[in-house]
Amino acid sequence: MLTIDNLHVSVDGKAILNGINLDVRAGEIHAIMGPNGSGKSTLASAVAGNETYEVIKGDILFKGENIIELAPEERAHKGIFLSFQYPIEIPGITVTNFIKTSINSNLKARGENEMSARDMLKKIREKAALLEIDSKFLSRSLNEGFSGGEKKRNEIFQMAMLEPSLSILDETDSGLDIDALKIVANGVNKLKNKNNAIIVITHYQRLLDYIVPDYVHVLHDGKIVKSGSKDLAHELEEKGYDWIK
Amino acid sequence: MQLTEKLISSFLAFELDIDINSPVHTIRAKAIKKFEELGFPNKKLENWKYTSLNRVIKEDYTVFSKKKNVLDFEKVKDYFIDNIESHKIVFVDGFFDPFLSQTSHDGMDICIMSAALNKSKYSETIKKYFNKSANSEDSLTSLNTAFSKEGVYIHIPKNIILEKPIEVIHFATGNEAALMLQPRNLVVVEENSEVEIIESHQSLTVNPIFTNSVTEIFAEKNAKINYYKIQNDVITASLIDNTYISQKRDSNVKVHTFSFGGKLTRNNLNFYQNAQSINSTMNGVTIIDFDQLVDHHTLVHHANPNCESHQDYKGIFSGKSTGVFNGKIIVDKIAQKTNAFQQNNNILLDNNSTINSKPQLEIFADDVKCSHGCTIGQLDQDALFYLRARGIPKKEAKALLTYAFANNVLESVNIPELKYKVKKIIAKKLGVNLGFDL
Repeated sequence: MLTIDNLHVSVDGKAILNGINLDVRAGEIHAIMGPNGSGKSTLASAVAGNETYEVIKGDILFKGENIIELAPEERAHKGIFLSFQYPIEIPGITVTNFIKTSINSNLKARGENEMSARDMLKKIREKAALLEIDSKFLSRSLNEGFSGGEKKRNEIFQMAMLEPSLSILDETDSGLDIDALKIVANGVNKLKNKNNAIIVITHYQRLLDYIVPDYVHVLHDGKIVKSGSKDLAHELEEKGYDWIK
Repeated sequence: MQLTEKLISSFLAFELDIDINSPVHTIRAKAIKKFEELGFPNKKLENWKYTSLNRVIKEDYTVFSKKKNVLDFEKVKDYFIDNIESHKIVFVDGFFDPFLSQTSHDGMDICIMSAALNKSKYSETIKKYFNKSANSEDSLTSLNTAFSKEGVYIHIPKNIILEKPIEVIHFATGNEAALMLQPRNLVVVEENSEVEIIESHQSLTVNPIFTNSVTEIFAEKNAKINYYKIQNDVITASLIDNTYISQKRDSNVKVHTFSFGGKLTRNNLNFYQNAQSINSTMNGVTIIDFDQLVDHHTLVHHANPNCESHQDYKGIFSGKSTGVFNGKIIVDKIAQKTNAFQQNNNILLDNNSTINSKPQLEIFADDVKCSHGCTIGQLDQDALFYLRARGIPKKEAKALLTYAFANNVLESVNIPELKYKVKKIIAKKLGVNLGFDL
């Protein structure tokens, strides 16, 4: 589904990623771990198409197509979803109106009809229940005054609504207490199927107890320095990141 | 200057048409002298530093429209608020239009200034209120006062909560090659009464229209007034709106100004707090493009203790448009425990758009809470990426963020049908379908 080939990315002229190679197939869960500043979030942003991150070299292929030149919205239309580490607060737009606009933009771009108000409402209710989200929450301004946990839950709610082929969860566990973590992980697991794929980016092993990866990659200085099974995550938890450098 | 001379010499002709023995005429005669002395304001004056009237007053305006065009309601119904019962006061080319209007004398007066100035039963009210809060030292106000003849007259007696809002529309039809209009309005709301008023100026022609309007509003004890100004006129129409609000104890007056159109729009909005425990609110949303100019000059004079004022103005500027915000707050020495807040936030969408924002606080009391803030910026790039990453195309994402920016000012609009109308105008101005029910 996703093939990253020798990807070099820099921000403001500073090299952050120095030749990433990664292969993610449908039905797989990959975890990307690494110390702060290793380039984890840069990788997520580069795949999602953030223009602040400049691709110097290499390719990103999604479903066989090179998406390097595509705008963020075009990548979203093709089925890429990024759950933000720091979701943006936007006063003046409600969660519901935001997700409606998002869904209909995607349908329109794919040449499909907009979703009827009734279907939309039904889907919103169903997915909100999955993530144990109160209906009052949906009529609040997007992320404004949300707690860290509410923001992350709202991100996974959007993922549930959009049903992307590839989801990148950037530090989704940060700011979550254990109960919220379980709800979010449970939601993600329910959304997982053989046709989609998930990349979990995390600093800690904790989340991987609940969202169990097929592969674990360790990022250091903008390169994947080690790959392995889920056991690698446990090893990192015990020994820290130092031994891997 | 041609227009200045034309106006001064027209005063003699104007006097042939009206009762020059009425007390109001003494006020008019004084006012024309004041205008003769001051003329139109120019950029050398501190209050007009950013706004030049030259491109407006250069036209050869007809000062008194002679003809009176007939307007068919079907053709202009879009300019009224949809699906709402309202009182209506409608003017066409400066003349009252009885067919489009629905006035009332049923326990209150919702009618016209010419009646109030000419009928003896109104003379007490006119004597008590006419030109009592308008600034006689201001040239444009004086010009309007000199020619005051027609406009809105609203008098709501004690203890009346008006159920239907009052819609005021001034149409211009293009019956003259260029037309100057000077409506003179008086609104008196007595003790414990409440009223909502929606005012707009709508030109139906490409011929230049120049409106110099003066509105005096008196809110007596515990009166509540919501005043909405919809300024969405065509690109060849200019408006100078001089509004003077005089408040008594426990009264609450809110003025909402939505500026989306016109060539040049200047709002001189003045609040005078004449007793304690008064609340004054000014909200504004400006969205303009091309070479349009919208200038908000607000003044709040806190002359008594324990009063509040709230100002929240948002501006979105595209093309070569120019915005001006000048918010003056005066807190007299006696006005302790004043709470005065002022906020002006702006987004410049183009490199060629301009905003001049200036808070002006003169505080002479020591136990007060006064704050002011001003921001000028572009759209937040992180927010833009967030929306685009959810599949919302760049243009729509920008529009949605801009809409969100303006949206919270609309929360204080009490009339749902009006809120819907304004949101629809905003969506149209931003050039996109927002993809959800407004």
